[in-house]
Amino acid sequence: MADVTLIVDGKKLTVPAGTLLIEACKSTGIEVPSFCYYPGLSLQGACRMCLVEVEKMPKLQTACTTPVAEGMVVTTESDKIKQARKSMLELLLANHPLDCPVCDAGGECELQDMTFKYGAAESKFMDMKNHRDEQQWSPVVYFDRPRCILCYRCIRVCGEGMDVWALGIQNRGSSAIIAPNKQDHLECEECGMCIDICPVGALTSGAYRYKTRPWEMKHTGTVCTHCADGCKTTLGARRADTGMQIVRGDNRDKSGINGDFLCVKGRYAFDFAHSDCRLKQPLVKRDGKLVPTTWEQAFELIASRFKQVLTTDGPAAIGIIGSNHTSNEENYLLQKFARLALGTNNIDHHRTADFPAFASALAGKAEATASMRDVHNAAAILLIGNNPTEQHPLLAWQIRTNVRLHHSKLYVVNSYPIKLRRQAASFAQIAPGSEGGFAQFIAGSDAAADSIVSPKLSREALAALRDALKQETSLVIIFGSELRGNDVKALVDFGLARSAKFICLGDYSNSRGAADMGLYPDMLPGYGPVASATTFHTDWLDEIPATSGMNLLQMMDAAKEGKLKALYVVGSNPIARYNIDPFALSKSFVIVQDMFLTETAKIADVVLPVANAYEKAGTVTSTCGDVQILKKAGDFAGVRTDFECIVRIAATMGYDVRKLVPFGGEGTRADMGQSRGAQSGEADRHAVWLSEHNLEPKMSPFDPSAMLDEIQRLVPAYDISRLSLLSGQDVHTQLVQITGATGLGHPELVLPANDTLFTSGTLGRFSATLNTVMERYSSPVEPEMVAGYDPAARQGP
Amino acid sequence: MKFSDQLEQRFAAMVTHYPTKRSVLVPMLLYIQDELGALNDEAIHEIAERTELSELEVRNVISYYSMLRTHPIGKYNLQVCTNVSCLLRGGEEILEHCQKKLGVGNKQTTADGLFHMEEVECIGACSWAPALMLNYEFHENLTPQKIDELIDGIRKKEHQ
Ligand code: SF4
Ligand code: SF4
Ligand code: SF4
Ligand code: FES
Ligand code: FES
Repeated sequence: MADVTLIVDGKKLTVPAGTLLIEACKSTGIEVPSFCYYPGLSLQGACRMCLVEVEKMPKLQTACTTPVAEGMVVTTESDKIKQARKSMLELLLANHPLDCPVCDAGGECELQDMTFKYGAAESKFMDMKNHRDEQQWSPVVYFDRPRCILCYRCIRVCGEGMDVWALGIQNRGSSAIIAPNKQDHLECEECGMCIDICPVGALTSGAYRYKTRPWEMKHTGTVCTHCADGCKTTLGARRADTGMQIVRGDNRDKSGINGDFLCVKGRYAFDFAHSDCRLKQPLVKRDGKLVPTTWEQAFELIASRFKQVLTTDGPAAIGIIGSNHTSNEENYLLQKFARLALGTNNIDHHRTADFPAFASALAGKAEATASMRDVHNAAAILLIGNNPTEQHPLLAWQIRTNVRLHHSKLYVVNSYPIKLRRQAASFAQIAPGSEGGFAQFIAGSDAAADSIVSPKLSREALAALRDALKQETSLVIIFGSELRGNDVKALVDFGLARSAKFICLGDYSNSRGAADMGLYPDMLPGYGPVASATTFHTDWLDEIPATSGMNLLQMMDAAKEGKLKALYVVGSNPIARYNIDPFALSKSFVIVQDMFLTETAKIADVVLPVANAYEKAGTVTSTCGDVQILKKAGDFAGVRTDFECIVRIAATMGYDVRKLVPFGGEGTRADMGQSRGAQSGEADRHAVWLSEHNLEPKMSPFDPSAMLDEIQRLVPAYDISRLSLLSGQDVHTQLVQITGATGLGHPELVLPANDTLFTSGTLGRFSATLNTVMERYSSPVEPEMVAGYDPAARQGP
Repeated sequence: MKFSDQLEQRFAAMVTHYPTKRSVLVPMLLYIQDELGALNDEAIHEIAERTELSELEVRNVISYYSMLRTHPIGKYNLQVCTNVSCLLRGGEEILEHCQKKLGVGNKQTTADGLFHMEEVECIGACSWAPALMLNYEFHENLTPQKIDELIDGIRKKEHQ
């Protein structure tokens, strides 16, 4: 669009035509006060705070609804404007209870800030204030009408942003009130976006309200540890008996891929971290019972059993199962420990997507994967399978936002009428289970059509859809775990021919990292086959066992036959996930690292209580391949990181940990203080100070940044900007395979997590907040109000 | 839910008058209220479906207009104007008189369910102020005597 030149407060500026005056001012550093205006949402013009003077216009104008015009001369602060704003504030405060001293928003309130600035503290009203009692609308949403300033942000973000439309406005004038969709309560996605966006403390969250004051928390920007989308979140932690306890999650600074978006899990389900069920001490099995022990004894026991098995039965008798929640550094370290210290390739994890097939189909093609940011801007999107509203809430948000703001063309192909069909330009309801067939069909296999057509999709419509897709030149193709093996290959071939970019959807916060870091029996980090010559072979002095190891299910079978003498499970619960008879593991020595006594931990011989992603440093990779840094937000007395546990086990076995973790470099030494005893906080404080200043000590074998050095050096595609990473940005990695071997994936091993919007595997089970929400929705919800919850979509993929 | 044949016909004709379905919402709400006495949950559900709106949106509209209601009121609704013209010509006294006569306050219904009373803004009858509306019927140039006659007349008729 053509540019327009105007003058604001004497400054000349040039902006594209159509820009709103408020945005034009912002671009030159002038902040026009606003309540109802919110970038990305429809215009409201309700609060009149943004009034400015425009020359030749008789009245004050609302900067939030006025587009710039050529030659406009604007004044944003004058006595007249000040008076107008002050009067608006007096009106807003007319019925306001002025309970700032106890309000959740106190200190972070836009109304407070404005009142402070314009000095509308005294009131000329003598009338009684309209009062209404606070209402609880859902387990997590509370509403306090007297504090509301009727900016309509909540209504708009719920409707336009979330596509839930659960909030409305009732009555009018000074008795107007925000109303929930079920008269006295809400039935919605419980995302808390309305609470977050509320400029005052009218909407408050059940998880946080009246718990603390904003300035009493320590705020840490890190990454959500629930689904695989990698939302940035700022966690507010407060001192508690068990350590620093996280009490709030939001992303108000709009940093990161997700802007201000968080779903119900990111926003509230951090409370698993202070669940009463958390393990605080290492446990060992004595006389059939798990009893507390010391860390030293636990490590001794594990090391001696590993050594014993190695001498009597050899490395093939040990199996390792990694996690989808631990950091990249931990995953990398775990497989390195397995391959070098134990000498086995028997390592696997709960696979939730066929990343190996995806990597091999891409065959090293550069720029072929899309980041979460691309989804926000792509001109056209093809979504095959999955139900992002439930399983990838951020992805769904990005898609909706793109369609709403940039009119992206969305094609949805699914066997269920998923909620995103409402944004779709084209929705094809294919026969159940025919997602793979669909990939084959668009890649040219006409024979596949038979299996795809359904009562809701004719053969002609299917053919027309393929023709339309063939015309798309800048497509982002997103596919769920329904697509595996050859189907992924077919889809990727179809897309690459049209320079499309791809996203392969896995579940859990670091499933992509687990895959990239080589938690596979037959692949090294970067999906290189164990048998072929890779840089790892050179770098690790060829100590990698040459033959592929057992996968997860093979390990379980071996255990049943008594051939697996030891099983080391890090942050995983295979017994429950794969529905394995716990008895199968009775002949193996089982070590489990977990936060909770899961089904698998219950049958273990040693259980080590570990920290979660909110309590450690490291990096994680989202399902799109966006790498982000984890920062320690909370802590929990008694636990250690998985990283430390692995290193300590190796060290106790007598293995040179320097071979595992390249710490220290050329003689770097420093006294970081004590890590235990009365002064135990000292090391932590040093580390906190260093990390606050984005410095990496790398002086201890427990420092994941030393591991990251090696990852960046050896794992293809991870050679990304360390600076961007450290400053908290998401950095996209391309999926590049070391050698283009094909057919490495094991489609049959892919087991989707099937989490819904309100579940999150083990983490969700121990989140009290998520449980109250789940209970609330265990009764059927009327589908027409919240389309995301129609029963058909519920059972979705 | 089905409405009376007459209302159904009216609806069918009305939807064709507007470019979007939601436009028939306000007139339909009024007609349904006349037929049912109030807009109950069932009616709200029905009209939401027919206009392709959510029930919440329908409730938003209902709550906006004071003449729309979700709970039944007395059979005869006395809407007494106290806006400027009426005020100048004794509207407040008329209001007070009505309240005394009926023994109910603003927005209340008499125990026998016959009368409902409310204070309203200008009803467009300023030239004949003070004025009131009895359901859809105007009564003008009011005096306390006229009010008595009106109310007594209705009582008599209803108690026969
Ligand atoms: S869906 Fe989200 S924004 Fe809408 S009412 Fe529920 S919590 Fe608020
Ligand atoms: S509840 Fe908050 S966001 Fe919603 S209208 Fe009131 S002040 Fe605005
Ligand atoms: S969308 Fe995923 S990453 Fe984002 S807050 Fe929700 S669970 Fe966390
Ligand atoms: S910000 Fe412009 S009217 Fe509210
Ligand atoms: S002021 Fe009463 S009818 Fe106009």
